[in-house]
Amino acid sequence: MLRVIVRRLLQLVVTLIALSALIFIWLRNLPGGPVEALLGERATPERRVLLTKALGYDQPILVQYGKFMQRVVTGDFGNSIRTGDPVTEVISRAFPATIELALAAMIIAVGLGVPLGYLAARWRGRWPDNLTIAGTLLGISIPIFFLGYLLKDVFTQNIHWFPPSGRLTTGLDNTNVTGFFVLDGLLTREFDASADALWHLILPAITLATIPLAVIVRITRASVLDVLNEDYVRTAEAKGLRHRTIRGRHILRNALLPVVTTIGLQTGALLSGAVLTEKVYNWGGIGTLITDSISGGRDYPVLQAIILLAALVFVVVNLLVDLSYAFIDPRVRVR
Amino acid sequence: MSDPITQAGTPAPRPGDDKPRPGMSERSIGLLGDRKKARLDELAQASAADRGGISLVRDAMRRLKRNPVAIVGGVIVGLFVLVAIFAPLIAPHDPVQRFDELTKGLTVDTIPGASSGFPLGSDPLGRDFLSRMIYGARQTLFVGVLATLIGLALGVLIGAIAGAFGGWVDVVLMRLTDVMLALPSLLLAITLVAMASRSSQWTVIFAVAIVSVPIFARLLRGSMLAQRESDHVLAARALGVKERNIVLRHMLPNSLTAVIVQATLTFAVAILDAAALSFLGLGDPDINRAEWGLMLGVDGQRYFEVRPELAYFPALAIIVVALGFTLLGEAMREAIDPKNRR
Repeated sequence: MLRVIVRRLLQLVVTLIALSALIFIWLRNLPGGPVEALLGERATPERRVLLTKALGYDQPILVQYGKFMQRVVTGDFGNSIRTGDPVTEVISRAFPATIELALAAMIIAVGLGVPLGYLAARWRGRWPDNLTIAGTLLGISIPIFFLGYLLKDVFTQNIHWFPPSGRLTTGLDNTNVTGFFVLDGLLTREFDASADALWHLILPAITLATIPLAVIVRITRASVLDVLNEDYVRTAEAKGLRHRTIRGRHILRNALLPVVTTIGLQTGALLSGAVLTEKVYNWGGIGTLITDSISGGRDYPVLQAIILLAALVFVVVNLLVDLSYAFIDPRVRVR
Repeated sequence: MSDPITQAGTPAPRPGDDKPRPGMSERSIGLLGDRKKARLDELAQASAADRGGISLVRDAMRRLKRNPVAIVGGVIVGLFVLVAIFAPLIAPHDPVQRFDELTKGLTVDTIPGASSGFPLGSDPLGRDFLSRMIYGARQTLFVGVLATLIGLALGVLIGAIAGAFGGWVDVVLMRLTDVMLALPSLLLAITLVAMASRSSQWTVIFAVAIVSVPIFARLLRGSMLAQRESDHVLAARALGVKERNIVLRHMLPNSLTAVIVQATLTFAVAILDAAALSFLGLGDPDINRAEWGLMLGVDGQRYFEVRPELAYFPALAIIVVALGFTLLGEAMREAIDPKNRR
């Protein structure tokens, strides 16, 4: 087990180093180069030379990469071109918002997806099954930013159930502890802030949950169908076990293994979807940061750090999912 | 090593589906006495996809024709392609011409709706919206097909090389796909577009294509590796068939079915991703281009309050077409699944 973990961690490091090298080389070879990106096309040659020297771009590329990695290891990604703030600070300010949104979306996707998938499998070929399948197909075929606008239009313009954008009602005071607004409210006993944050969270979370929900329903359904035909389920039924016991301990426990994998893989879909969802609801997380970093003149230091961070999150989550197998499934432990 | 990271966001493709079926070995080996290599090549090839005289593809086709899901998907895709091809004949107007009747009605908060001669009204620049929708089928097909083909070609190349050589070539190439898969798909596409100096239709196509490369590569490699050890490849090798021919004539054709099915599903993702890029302001900047993703992502978003139809129609078109390709792709995947053979 330990060997597997060590090997996977090494692979993770190799993947990240390769990715950082690719991004690094790419940025150095931008048309015009990063200096041009910083100064604009009309800068004087003297200023260009100065900045080139100051940034160390006159040194060999390997030396530059070495220095870059040295700084990255200590958590220094340079400063944002747009605002001048340290990249680490810019990102850590936006990160909790995205995590909060992604977690809420995942709770919706898993909480609804697993029961729906199970029901569809139990009613295979009947109307609940067909309806669920049709819903999932629609879910993966709809552009989620359009769904976001639609939900926003219906629930904030036509019926005023939810606030249209942002994370908190403006003017509402909240104490920032962790950056997760719902949690902050609970920690500081400002329950009105907590409720308000939750209120703002619902529509974006539903929008973001669409694709993971559809995928989880389908995987659960397929997986339950596989397990239903297993001998041990028939044995359990023949033994006269209660349906609840069969469902919980024999069917669901075994059927959930592929679902756990899917949850890990859906982290990617969540990160992609967050970029779109955050733009629709003006959420102010990593997704908004990406959009702003691109449209407001390309803010490469920020982009570069976000890309590495996203890759890190995705790879680490999937590593954790793989490792969690050992706890869920005893068979994996034996191997 | 079968780490689940390899199958990014998409519903997991099943590379193992093309595994050689048991019961083939006696037949292939029984014919070894025959020295006519050419004929044997054919037989070895046929044997991989053959059981009881019906080929895998024909058997799959038979099942497809009976499947209502496949028919619905096929009809949608067929109609979409027809509209795309015959757009100039169907569209009542030139999609880039600005009409005085329509521009007259444009103000800050109104865009003219349906009027005689313009059944869907105007777009924000006073052009016929219906004609743009019809021509949009053509551009959308173009973007989707090209992105899918580029992704397919690169993915098949990488996957085939990895699967054919195995060993360290395989390790290096699969590490490369791992790096690509380490980034969430849309984020990878965004990165690629952002790195280009200025966006155009081609940066969008390229970015959307690259996202699908590792999926195709993994799929093909898995299927080819499974075949390396299979009986029909062993038989061909025993006969002294050149390694190159084994790869090109025995392994590759038998692995392609799964890849083609994946391509159908990729098309749906491609047009959705292209729309997302447009929405993020990273799309094609050409204001004359009528493409559904562009219409939805740019005008549809900007004028949603003024005239939501500008979003509804392209969105509906994208949903229906994406649904059509997904239905067709999934029905095909089910049809070639050996588990469903009777």
